[in-house]
Amino acid sequence: MMKINNLIKKYGEKTVVNDVSFEIPKGKVISMIGPNGAGKSTVMGMISRLVEPDIGHVEFHGQKLHHWKSRELSKKLAILTQSNNIQMKLTVRELVTFGRFPYCGGRTTMEDEEIIDKAISYMELDEFQDRFIDELSGGQRQRAYIAMVIAQDTEYVLLDEPTNNLDIYHATNLMKTVRKLCDELGKTVILVLHEINYAAFYSDYICAFVNGEIAKFGTVEEIMTKETLSDIYKVDFEIMNINGKPLSIYY
Amino acid sequence: MKRHFSTIILAILLLIASISSLFLGVLEMNISGLLSGNIEQIETLLISRLPRLLAILCTGVGLSVAGLIMQQLCMNKFVSPSTGATISSAQFGILIALLFIPNSTIWGRAFFSFIAAILGTWLFVWFIQKVTFKEAVMVPLVGIMFGNVIGGLTSFLAYKYEMTQALSTWLVGSFSTVLRGQYELVYLTVPLVIIAFIFANHFNIVGMGRDFSQNLGISYNKILFMGLTIAAVLTASVVVVVGAISYIGLIVPNLVAMFKGDKIQGTLVDTALFGALFVLVCDMIGRTVIKPYELPIELIVGILGSILFIGLLFYRLKNGRKSIRLGTTNNTSCCSCTPKLEEK
Repeated sequence: MMKINNLIKKYGEKTVVNDVSFEIPKGKVISMIGPNGAGKSTVMGMISRLVEPDIGHVEFHGQKLHHWKSRELSKKLAILTQSNNIQMKLTVRELVTFGRFPYCGGRTTMEDEEIIDKAISYMELDEFQDRFIDELSGGQRQRAYIAMVIAQDTEYVLLDEPTNNLDIYHATNLMKTVRKLCDELGKTVILVLHEINYAAFYSDYICAFVNGEIAKFGTVEEIMTKETLSDIYKVDFEIMNINGKPLSIYY
Repeated sequence: MKRHFSTIILAILLLIASISSLFLGVLEMNISGLLSGNIEQIETLLISRLPRLLAILCTGVGLSVAGLIMQQLCMNKFVSPSTGATISSAQFGILIALLFIPNSTIWGRAFFSFIAAILGTWLFVWFIQKVTFKEAVMVPLVGIMFGNVIGGLTSFLAYKYEMTQALSTWLVGSFSTVLRGQYELVYLTVPLVIIAFIFANHFNIVGMGRDFSQNLGISYNKILFMGLTIAAVLTASVVVVVGAISYIGLIVPNLVAMFKGDKIQGTLVDTALFGALFVLVCDMIGRTVIKPYELPIELIVGILGSILFIGLLFYRLKNGRKSIRLGTTNNTSCCSCTPKLEEK
């Protein structure tokens, strides 16, 4: 259960997030979209406790997010941002092992090792598990991070622009994984995305931001209309129906 | 077993070097003499040789572990006690102690030195976090400048109050003054290294970044400052006893990481052993080259260290970030045929 109540965040004079409230449906994939500077990443930061809201709060399992013990929260909610140190010489397995940290501190039990094995296999990283992450390609590295999040075994998975710097092949594979995390592992996945069509094809709900406010929150079908999208992005859109999903063409 | 191979080799080498270093020196000392109960020889061993050996080992362990922690926490491979203002701050603390409490004991000086080293290191890290540098090399440059400013201040005060003579002991590291009763402070490195080992995973995670550690439920600032404090006290306890020794905190962790990666739990013991071995070998060279006199350790470490450092830079230039793999090479080569497709 995650409920976002009247979040406001200001950086200096500029209000980046202005009175945002919505409820995250459980067990679904929710994408946050919107033009640059619309405040979606800041909202993501506040949902994941990385950013402190000025006013308002996030309610998580009936308790305010900042009242949660950080260690306990990290068993329920995982966030993956783009700001990780990728220079570190850690093997894929060592990275994935960090996902178990909230449970076991430094010492992994047999059970932890099993979960780590499973997470590595799930992301098809078995053959890379002893390679250093700084020697992997961008797509492989992103998969390693996702494997870590899987090992963290949380109900909620938050991904901040996970497709950044990935080519079409890897980005599409990543989105398929996101879908699998929801359908097979029953996780609630919240994403910040720039590609509207990935949001449309792979998520259940879309939350569209403009100027720090929610322009519209609804199912994919509700958001993916010519009018709504043109309103949000201020460019012309056409909607096509492919595989039963509304995809957009913009020009 | 294969994982601990390097650790075992290092431990054996260190043991051999330690024992042979005990029999190296002007005063005669040999096994038969010790066994037959020659009082003079036993005294030489207990008052001079053994303290010196233990001080050397603690110095090597302390400085290299301090360097390892600082490099991880600052996410920069060039940060170390000597390039991060820690050593010069520790010296400044000693000067303050000498100025205000002229007949201070070693513990009094250590206290001031700890405080100064901790504050200096915090200030430096706070600064490099405020001003994020695009070039990784800028960070140690700023550290060296910062260290020189503090060093300048130290020299100025030392000149003004005619303390240069007294201070010189702590400016250039040397083990020749290590005798029983004057070096025990350096044992402080042992519990500190153990604490560092316990928190190894915390340091690793903090080294991955603020968001990364918060995601795993770790308080970034708390661990960062705790780690820096440990590194600063480690460094200061060495500086108070033997004086400044550069390069060790920089080179030893880098060399070990090239072979064993950055997972602190896996590298800390090797780093400590290799650091001790490195200092011990340098000290033995210093003691033999112009026998019966000896060269200060700082000189030998400086020469050997800079050669190794240049080698390290050349290796980086040639091989990029690729690591040297020992033992596991078969393992990787058989797997790397398939992933080639995905690589750029």
